[in-house]
Amino acid sequence: MTETEVGKARKRKEDARLLTGRTQWTDNLSRPGVLHVMFKRSPMAHARITRVDVSAARGLPGVVAAFSGHDFEAAETTLPCAWPVVEDIVIPDHPAMAKDEVRYVGEAVACVVATDRYLAADALDAIDVDYEPLPAVMDMNEALTPGSPKVHESGNQAYTMKNAFGDIEAAFRDAPVVIDRTFIQQRLIPSAMEPRAILCDTDGDAFTLWSSTQIPHVLRVMLAVTTGIPEHKLRVVAPDVGGGFGSKLQVTAEEVLCLLLTRRLGRPVKWTESRSEGNHTVHHGRDQIQHVRIAANADGRLRGLQVELLADMGAYFLLLTPGIPLLAGSMCNAIYKMDAYEFACTGVFTTKMPTDAYRGAGRPEATYLIERIMDELAAELRLDPLEVRRRNWIKHEEFPFTTISGLTYDSGNYEAATDRAMALFGYDKLRAEQADRRDRGDPVQLGIGVSTYTEMCGLAPSRLLGGARFGAGGWEHGSVRVLPTGKIEVITGSTPHGQGHVTAWSQIVADALGVPFEDITVLYGDTAISYKGMDTYGSRSLVIGGVAVLKACEKVREKARKLAAHLLECSPDDLEFAGGAFKVRGTDSQKTIQELAFAAFTAHDLPDGVEPRLDSEATFDPENYSFPHGTHLCAVEVDTETGQVKIRSYVAVDDIGKVVNPLIAEGQVHGGIAQGVAQALFEEAVYDAEGNLLTSTMADYLLPSAADLPTFVTDRTETPATGNPLGAKGVGEAGTIASTPAVVNAVVDALRPHGVHDVQMPCTPERVWRALAGAQAGAQGVMPR
Amino acid sequence: MPRITVTVDGVKYEEDVEPRLLLVHLLRERLGKTGTPVGCDTSNCGACTIMMDGKSVKSCSVLAVQADGCDVVTIEGLGVNGSMHPMQQAFHEEHALQCGYCTPGMVMAAIDLLRDNPEPSEEAIREGLEGNLCRCTGYCNIVRAVRRGAQEMGQAVKTP
Repeated sequence: MTETEVGKARKRKEDARLLTGRTQWTDNLSRPGVLHVMFKRSPMAHARITRVDVSAARGLPGVVAAFSGHDFEAAETTLPCAWPVVEDIVIPDHPAMAKDEVRYVGEAVACVVATDRYLAADALDAIDVDYEPLPAVMDMNEALTPGSPKVHESGNQAYTMKNAFGDIEAAFRDAPVVIDRTFIQQRLIPSAMEPRAILCDTDGDAFTLWSSTQIPHVLRVMLAVTTGIPEHKLRVVAPDVGGGFGSKLQVTAEEVLCLLLTRRLGRPVKWTESRSEGNHTVHHGRDQIQHVRIAANADGRLRGLQVELLADMGAYFLLLTPGIPLLAGSMCNAIYKMDAYEFACTGVFTTKMPTDAYRGAGRPEATYLIERIMDELAAELRLDPLEVRRRNWIKHEEFPFTTISGLTYDSGNYEAATDRAMALFGYDKLRAEQADRRDRGDPVQLGIGVSTYTEMCGLAPSRLLGGARFGAGGWEHGSVRVLPTGKIEVITGSTPHGQGHVTAWSQIVADALGVPFEDITVLYGDTAISYKGMDTYGSRSLVIGGVAVLKACEKVREKARKLAAHLLECSPDDLEFAGGAFKVRGTDSQKTIQELAFAAFTAHDLPDGVEPRLDSEATFDPENYSFPHGTHLCAVEVDTETGQVKIRSYVAVDDIGKVVNPLIAEGQVHGGIAQGVAQALFEEAVYDAEGNLLTSTMADYLLPSAADLPTFVTDRTETPATGNPLGAKGVGEAGTIASTPAVVNAVVDALRPHGVHDVQMPCTPERVWRALAGAQAGAQGVMPR
Repeated sequence: MPRITVTVDGVKYEEDVEPRLLLVHLLRERLGKTGTPVGCDTSNCGACTIMMDGKSVKSCSVLAVQADGCDVVTIEGLGVNGSMHPMQQAFHEEHALQCGYCTPGMVMAAIDLLRDNPEPSEEAIREGLEGNLCRCTGYCNIVRAVRRGAQEMGQAVKTP
């Protein structure tokens, strides 16, 4: 038995280029005669634009053109929303450049195009804009009160929806335990390290747009629909992309405008954002108020869960804005059995940057509320938080299991992951230390936080997306070109931006075709090469895109089998395929894939009706989501005198199904945990009452550095997914989804003897200290913002 | 316009520059040294870290005129004879990069850190890299890589 490539911790093929600076970031690219675009942005959260005068800018050195919103046709600059989640949703007009009214700080109101980026920046100052201030709308609850100033004429409620499963009233009626909490999911700034950049050129007829995007394929369709440039005249390229985390899953105002400027001027244009421009105008994530009620029996068994979300849309809908909170809809019940579940969500417009997908998108929010309230339930019943979970979770022998919200979880083993995590963590020993510190009244208290999460990944089965009123399908495409010399070019529609597709896809293909790992290359991210795809988000690449590549390989093998049978003068059924060769059973005669590749190329001796190629392609559309799960345990030390929180240890045991490359999978888990910890302890996008973004730079928005984080201990259990032939479940979002409640549960656990029941994220020293002080003052323990 | 002379990755350049031109823009847009990226505008992220006369600097916070007469090494000039520097190799071995955008600066900062402390503890590595942000890796593998790089570089010094 030869060793398989799948499962090996292969070092990445991508690295050498990235490590030596031979990169293709969009900002590295240029075109002869390129012009630089800069945007004049609104300093007001809400105002009527009474005058925009760009004439002075037009006369400045190097300036080729300057435009305001009225210089563009309305129809060509209306930004798309692809997820009208309910029938009666109100989708306000969203021009790429504001014309008459601005609704968030940073909204573009004018632009200059100049021969040099410094000269373009100089010219921005010469643009004169007069505003008539309107009241900012910053608070969701206030926004929904009658008489509130309106963000849009149609009102501040974007939509409202409710789903109910089981008899929720019966579940809560006479329930021995009812717990009621309000959690705040603060607004986050995704902060991919590479700022957005765009380059656009035309030959007078057709256009090429290079963009730092996660979604070149989706972008091409949407730009064609928006601008009216025919799809076949538009090529979109995502070169090297420096991280996305959902923030580059977007059709941006700048992409639309750069394309229109190129068409208008007939010259290449380029735009690269500054970080502070990006903090203002790359879509934000999270931002919900979560009202959560849970009913349970005295033994801790769950009866019902009631969730009511207020979700901040920001000022407009972007591509997926209204749907993101609804991704929580089927997931708040998580891994638990219950009799009834109700989920309601109201989307609210405010005068802030729109929100949209950020790593986990809806599922971190769902996991946070259920894992936080499960800890509250445990505390109420004086049970260990893991014990309360054990009494409610789906047991491994119960899979496949259809949950109260109607999803069918195909596989899982929560017991195994939890047992493994407890052993690695030294759970009992840490509990003993915690008890000791409590007894001693140690000013530094120990807290232990638990998160037994699941998530729905592999977004998504097209039929289910259709049912959810999503504007597209969820399939993925892959193709395999067998070159004359037997080398392989794989083309994937799932566009990577750091995930390591080239390496992982090479491993899959090496096994499927029996060719050396080194003989395979992977192409992506250019709609002229990878002509079909749905791109990268929602932990979908391997689970859907990897499977599409695998299925294309199967077709290559079938073609090769026919050719081999012809050349070996036998029946295809007499051939066995192993080690990259078709062998006539019981003999030594064989043809390798490489020999067959050359035979197909020369085409001198093909069977009748057989095309001279082994190349194949496949599209995979899953029938169900995949459901990674795991148990994350976090121990924190909380200094009760200063409020300082320090992570003492962090253990993650994830079950992501079969793993193609453990090195890459572990890296995804590490990075995911870091982002989830960052939400728990460090990050928050803060607007003031007038709508100014106070965290507009990296000096103000606290991304954790190496010094702020511990080493994470990670391990895996493996329950293969049954919905795809790889048995993979997806890993990109797991760490982020799991870790936030684990950390906050630990912080609250440390402080519970002091009467604290919640600390609002991020759990900064000030917030922790105030929660303690408030609890000691006899208040509820939940401090106002 | 001031004229400066600067050596970048072993090549000497004479350039007329505006006084306000940032060193990183000189490197990227005039000299074609696009291996050094820009990640922020407040000198927090460290993606643009390079060596100037043997010390790491954030090239977004240096004016090109300040580099007059200096010897600059970027990520593109680290390797010798086509092979990677031990720190670059260590980042590869330990999977210390994902998207790779922070990597040039991170590698430069790591090398500079070892100048002061050739055998750093985990804590010293974490503190030493505080000025360089990564959004992908959670830093675990970067710390491992710097350790490995330190060992390799130590070995290289011991066995000439």
